[in-house]
Amino acid sequence: MNIHEYQARELFEKFGVATSHGRVAFTPEEAQQTAQGLAGKKIVVKAQIHAGGRGKGHFTNGFKGGVHLCNTPEEAGQLASQMLGQTLVTHQTGPEGKVVNKVLVVEAVDISRELYFAILLDRATSTPVIIASTEGGMDIEAVAEKSPEKIFREFVHPLIGLQPYQTRKIAHALGLTGPLLGQASKLFTALYKLFIARDCSQIEVNPLVVTPDGQLLALDAKFNFDDNSLYRQADIVAMRDKTEEDPREVAASEFNLNYIGLDGNIACLVNGAGLAMSTMDIIQYCGGKPANFLDVGGGASKEQVAAAFRIILSDPNVQGILVNIFGGIMDCNVIATGIVAAARETGLSIPLVVRLEGNNVAAGKQTLAESGLTIISGNDLADAAQKIVQAVKAA
Amino acid sequence: MAILVTPQTRILVQGITGDFGSRHAKLSLDYGTQLVAGVTPGKGGKSFDHGDHHVPIYDTVADAARQSGATVSVIFVPPPFAADAILEGVDAGLDLVVAITEGIPVNDMVRVKHAMKGSKTRLIGPNCPGLVTPGDGPQSHGGCRIGIAPGYIHKKGSIGVVSRSGTLTYEAVWQLTTRGYGQSTCVGIGGDPVNGTSHLDILRMFNDDPETEAIIMIGEIGGSAEEEAAAWAGEHCKKPMAAFIAGTTAPPGRRMGHAGAIVSGGQGTAASKIAALKAAGIAVADTPSSMGETLIRALKSR
Repeated sequence: MNIHEYQARELFEKFGVATSHGRVAFTPEEAQQTAQGLAGKKIVVKAQIHAGGRGKGHFTNGFKGGVHLCNTPEEAGQLASQMLGQTLVTHQTGPEGKVVNKVLVVEAVDISRELYFAILLDRATSTPVIIASTEGGMDIEAVAEKSPEKIFREFVHPLIGLQPYQTRKIAHALGLTGPLLGQASKLFTALYKLFIARDCSQIEVNPLVVTPDGQLLALDAKFNFDDNSLYRQADIVAMRDKTEEDPREVAASEFNLNYIGLDGNIACLVNGAGLAMSTMDIIQYCGGKPANFLDVGGGASKEQVAAAFRIILSDPNVQGILVNIFGGIMDCNVIATGIVAAARETGLSIPLVVRLEGNNVAAGKQTLAESGLTIISGNDLADAAQKIVQAVKAA
Repeated sequence: MAILVTPQTRILVQGITGDFGSRHAKLSLDYGTQLVAGVTPGKGGKSFDHGDHHVPIYDTVADAARQSGATVSVIFVPPPFAADAILEGVDAGLDLVVAITEGIPVNDMVRVKHAMKGSKTRLIGPNCPGLVTPGDGPQSHGGCRIGIAPGYIHKKGSIGVVSRSGTLTYEAVWQLTTRGYGQSTCVGIGGDPVNGTSHLDILRMFNDDPETEAIIMIGEIGGSAEEEAAAWAGEHCKKPMAAFIAGTTAPPGRRMGHAGAIVSGGQGTAASKIAALKAAGIAVADTPSSMGETLIRALKSR
């Protein structure tokens, strides 16, 4: 789950992470009012969409750039009115762009140094790790590759948490001395508290800045949250913006299906995540392109299978479907009945290859054969993948 | 010998009266597994009945283990309570705790993993199908089935299987069984980013197990556990191996169903894992359909 920049800043404020002054606005009037509260300062108005590259993007109404600097509250309101309700296209949104429903109005901060600070889980040690670097504003992976000595790592024992001496070590590595040392300790401690309390899987502060008047501020951050923990994170769930997500993924989540849209033309429906991934892989191996990842889970019901078909077919690129079920415990005949019902209900008109294996497989295959539908049967996974790739090419 | 569990191993089930737990407890009893106790707090003193089986239920794991002689526990409790259930098994001094539960908060698992350090208990999972040591009855009946794998697809034999995924494991096992190759033990280590037992841990056990003659290792995108296992196997593994890695076509930055199956910051790609396996001299199956054949070829070429 992703959140907006203004929501990241709200989390900063709640946990006492020093940041610049500003607020979200849903109308030009609100934008102007917020800007009045920042009187005397330069103001930045930023379109709030999940995609990156906003500053270099353009609106479909011709207005250039989703991030603008201005001097007066009137100008801030004016800029907001040119962004709100308009569609912003960036290199991450695709040509269709994203509608901007809110803007962030924030004081412009002068920057003397840009630093990098992130907290994430190190999988190899199952331990939270802080990664910091003096090379802020750069591609951190490139820094890690070219000058690994500029990357500082501090592991945090999860049972005792981040200790004050560790925050001082990190501050020292970043060259934060004098009054900045105390600010850094406080900011790092607050961020770690936020990381644990909100079950984050990653917080990447970008940028963390030092201002000419000696303040250390976290201006923006990329948050990732652990999906497994959302049941106990009501305020994070409330930040979810479904308009920013693929509508097919939203529909799938309502049926407890795991769907991820891709750009190919062969849809797949599989039970189990590992098998679903490898079904995509084998489609590509056979010369086709997978249209999606779709895991219906271990005990898929007839309703879930029907919903899965509707979701798959709502993708206009899909020209064929491969169903791959290894029914270890679940009855293959139940799945077969679900497939037949879903194919009838959706008036399926594109090739469908089904590979069934496992419990009660003979009855399942019979149900498919007797359905009167043109369902191609795959003997094993390779055979099924070859058949769907051929069928789509022939169609 | 097999690894971790034998057909004689005595098992208890935490969460035996829930939908999921009771369903799979019954299937294990049907398979002939020594399932000797259940734990559901508040239902101690009652009995879990299935046909001729009457499995006593206890309020605590410590009591269940003491009274029944169980040394292994399998956990089916819902995610919010699963970390506590694992630690209860550790506290009771069990040899092995197998956590089937999917969806445990990662922070909970991080704490559990560190709290378990220095204990005698091994954890497998979470978010895993469990493990099976096949028996020698018809359709491998009489074996030790812990978790949710279909028992009948197995066959007693000498191939060790280790995997992060459930249905992909069944696929490999079925390919072996239908070609006449049985298994010593099949272990699902789970699809979460923080788990109790790694590919490498299981490889070491298979390498030391006299009954295991060859090994299939199934991995997927995310993390670096496969690379570590491959590096070790290249130097130390005496037995023929085959491997498969799922997720060649997975887009970066997206979680592919399993919480741990994600390529992030260029790390954990299928290409890097496949390269590490090949560099270690391990035969890598091109497709999930050829896992069994790839192993059989590796076995024959020795």
